[in-house]
Amino acid sequence: MTAAVQPLDDSEFPIHRYRTDFPLLGRRVRDKPLIYLDNAATSQKPRQVIDVLDEYYRGYNSNIHRGVHTLSELATEAYEAARKKIQTFINAASHQEIIFVRGTTEGINLVAQSYGRSRLGAGDEIIISEMEHHSNIVPWQLLCEQTGALLKVIPINDAGELDMDEYKNLLGEHTRIVAVGHISNALGTVNPVAEITALAHAAGAVTVIDGAQAAPHTRLDMAALDCDFYAFSGHKLFGPTGIGVLYGKQALLDAMPPYHGGGDMIKMVTFEKTLYNDLPYKFEAGTPYIAGVIGLGAAVDYVNDVDMDSIRDYEHGLLQYATDAAASVPGLKLIGTAAEKAGILSFIMDGIHPHDLGTILDHDGIAIRTGHHCAMPVMERYGIPATARASFAFYNTREEVDKLVTGIDKAKNIFK
Amino acid sequence: MFDIKDLYQEVIVDHNRSPRNFGKLDPAGRTLEGFNPLCGDRLTLYLNLDDDHISDISFDGHGCAISIASASLMTEGIKGKSVQDAGTIFTDFHELLTDSARVIDLAGMGKLAVLAGVREYPSRVKCATLCWHTLRALLAGDHAPVSTE
Repeated sequence: MTAAVQPLDDSEFPIHRYRTDFPLLGRRVRDKPLIYLDNAATSQKPRQVIDVLDEYYRGYNSNIHRGVHTLSELATEAYEAARKKIQTFINAASHQEIIFVRGTTEGINLVAQSYGRSRLGAGDEIIISEMEHHSNIVPWQLLCEQTGALLKVIPINDAGELDMDEYKNLLGEHTRIVAVGHISNALGTVNPVAEITALAHAAGAVTVIDGAQAAPHTRLDMAALDCDFYAFSGHKLFGPTGIGVLYGKQALLDAMPPYHGGGDMIKMVTFEKTLYNDLPYKFEAGTPYIAGVIGLGAAVDYVNDVDMDSIRDYEHGLLQYATDAAASVPGLKLIGTAAEKAGILSFIMDGIHPHDLGTILDHDGIAIRTGHHCAMPVMERYGIPATARASFAFYNTREEVDKLVTGIDKAKNIFK
Repeated sequence: MFDIKDLYQEVIVDHNRSPRNFGKLDPAGRTLEGFNPLCGDRLTLYLNLDDDHISDISFDGHGCAISIASASLMTEGIKGKSVQDAGTIFTDFHELLTDSARVIDLAGMGKLAVLAGVREYPSRVKCATLCWHTLRALLAGDHAPVSTE
């Protein structure tokens, strides 16, 4: 988000029309209209996604890449069409660079185990940051245990921004992998991943970007970022759970050993020797989540129709509105005040534990997340056990932010 | 209809703000730590037994209002009781929160009955029972920290 972005408000963005696409947003919780502000955990699904799942299972459910029969051809066609949609969506050079995985977590583990384990040895270094989600910490710790590589951590400042000077100091001749999040799930910080990648490349290292939080908020452009690997999950992008994407540069993926062995990832198997399949199938062993892939393709169609740039601009205005509203609440302290933020308002309250706040808000139909957000080192950095986190999608409104503030006031009254 | 103030009753808010029996017992015959890895709640119980009577008990740590108030009310409710009576109170309290079929004599539970509202929020039951699970392990002579997971 640059200064050139002009925030849109509800009047310029047909949000109420979009909201009617999401059946769940119409339900009530504890006899109040649902206000869903836990989008960083998972997003709700539009009927356009729900319908294609239904059509697949009712109309042409069958296995892919195998049968000569009509249903298998239909399923294969839909599955591969989704791959091409995602290639275009993230501006990748080839559909062979799009690997379907279960989610961001599996994507990162695939890179760690396939790329990392085959290339790293004792004394090599992996750089991550202090704001990473556990899924971008633990796979690298496992790799370090297996190879003797060392883990280095870029610190963050009080606002929740990476210390880029310290990053430059950490980079060196032993650096092999730099793995950072595009947008922090605990703080909302948007990291300068293009700059991080350019610096890593200058040091001879590859970058792995955790895009779980970025995909629903900003246009993904692999060519512009020039990162080597990028992982994101379908379910945060209004698609099904259990499906995600690992993007990797073709030359790197080609040289990597398979992650899982099984059907579909081979050309020929004998007991003496097995020939692996070409990309992307080399990394897609076993029957995949076919409906999930087709559903994710529909989710990509959906956000393309809304337009990712409009989503970014609308959310920019919404987050600014929410940040201003939060700043007006006495006793509320924001955790994460980076200059570049998207989608997330993480905060603590004087005298009110986040879990109590979460329960009180739930009683008014308001869903937020409370806890450490799978980012315990971030909590340690700020010396707190947990935060309350409201996280937004393009279907959230300023009226919902107002109700969140009213709910916080109610909690303050209970604990006064 | 269930009101949020049925959960956060004045007694709970008060025990959260000013927990009773809060702080280390020195000396303490037994101590044990309990924690909830899902939410980060952490408390330590300190206990002195006189034969089979709980002559003194205290706790410290941090957590949400439900967990702090529950620990405070627990220490108040069992101090001076026999180990066997404490076990009975534990069973009644646990069933009060988890077994909707069982009819509990709320009047017989004293102040602990104010936590009955937690049963409306299954995700919060562990907040209220952390201190009790820690107590049970402590009375059983366990030394390993208690985890709710």
